[in-house]
Amino acid sequence: MWKTLTNGILKENPVFRLILGTCPTLALTTMASNALGMGLAATFVLVGSNLVISLLRKIIPDKIRIPAYITVIAGFVTVVQMLVKAYTPELDAQMGIYLPLITVNCIILARAEMFANKNTVLASVLDGIGMGIGFTAALLVMGSIRELIGNGTIFGMAVTQGHIEPMLIMILPPGGFFVYGILIALVNKITGKPVTNAGCEACGAREFCGKAEKDACADAIPAKEPEGVKVK
Amino acid sequence: MTKILAIVIAAILTNNFVLSKFLGICSFLGVSQKLNTSVGMSAAVTFVMVLSTAVTWPIQIFLLDPNGLGYMQTIIFILVIAILVQLVEMVLKKYIPPLYKAMGIYLPLITTNCAIMGVTILNIDQGYTFAEAMVNSFGCGIGYLVAMVLFTGVRSRVEAGDVPKSLRGLPILLIAASITALCLLGFAGLADGLFGGK
Repeated sequence: MWKTLTNGILKENPVFRLILGTCPTLALTTMASNALGMGLAATFVLVGSNLVISLLRKIIPDKIRIPAYITVIAGFVTVVQMLVKAYTPELDAQMGIYLPLITVNCIILARAEMFANKNTVLASVLDGIGMGIGFTAALLVMGSIRELIGNGTIFGMAVTQGHIEPMLIMILPPGGFFVYGILIALVNKITGKPVTNAGCEACGAREFCGKAEKDACADAIPAKEPEGVKVK
Repeated sequence: MTKILAIVIAAILTNNFVLSKFLGICSFLGVSQKLNTSVGMSAAVTFVMVLSTAVTWPIQIFLLDPNGLGYMQTIIFILVIAILVQLVEMVLKKYIPPLYKAMGIYLPLITTNCAIMGVTILNIDQGYTFAEAMVNSFGCGIGYLVAMVLFTGVRSRVEAGDVPKSLRGLPILLIAASITALCLLGFAGLADGLFGGK
């Protein structure tokens, strides 16, 4: 039970180990507060959708499970959107289109497909909480680093502001890619197990996107040469 | 006309979907190993972007907004995109096999690609007219193509290099992407400079 919860925080951290949900990770870590908002919103959706999907796992027919999952997830995202709009309009303006895009965040669909549809309700909720904490923590770390170096503040409070000239590039798009790359390298170094899979190998959708795995991904990953598919 | 041009330039260079808005990163990192897969994926993305805008824009403006159902946007859009991708796949397979061969294999990857849903929502958020929305979708698709092709070139060099052990694989790719993004940052303000603000 405890293992299910902590799994997502360290061993299978969605951001640094599974490389899922890269888009919000890069886009919303310009400030620690945005990162925290995004993390909490995604956690809410993750726990909610895991709960509902594990409740419905015996009712949803196998063939249409993906559209069913997407509908459940989109429902929860709509709830979050309304809550954020109503109570924290500033955060809503900061998150912009990335808030509705939680729907297509691979972490959530991947957990639904890989965990919630095979496990009990309690385990699924715990998995959702663990993954959510892992996601939030990773975003918070990255957001704090970028805000500190790029603006000299953390959560808007001055830390090095006024003493050290901030490196604006860190809160611009290139800084996002750079910090993310360095953090993954650091995690690789500490754990000693490098993350080798990127793209389709790591994509949570690959389980059900079998066709793409066979063709497009085989083509993208040179180890498996494609057969009979010629892309012009 | 100036506005249309400004939208195109912004979509391709200054607000590039991949390198400055971070949409479609999964496919950007996953399918950019070879030039032909990059181009195939970009063609499929552009095609689906334009098509889904052509469907979702009227749905939002003529169906959801007049009935006070604007909050249903997220659910409706994702389902419409999912159905559309499935439909396109079936139609292409049956009637235009050469086109299906060229981009059919990328279509299943696209449903959960945030770039597609991102562009449809962005078109509504920005208050674009139908023509502007279509141009913006096409421009974003071309922007995706530009980013993919650029990155494929950078990537082939990076992978030939001698990279420190911890940085091998994904980390060095992200750092390479960072430098690629830096190049596009040089275009910042271009659209405003050319067309005198908004």
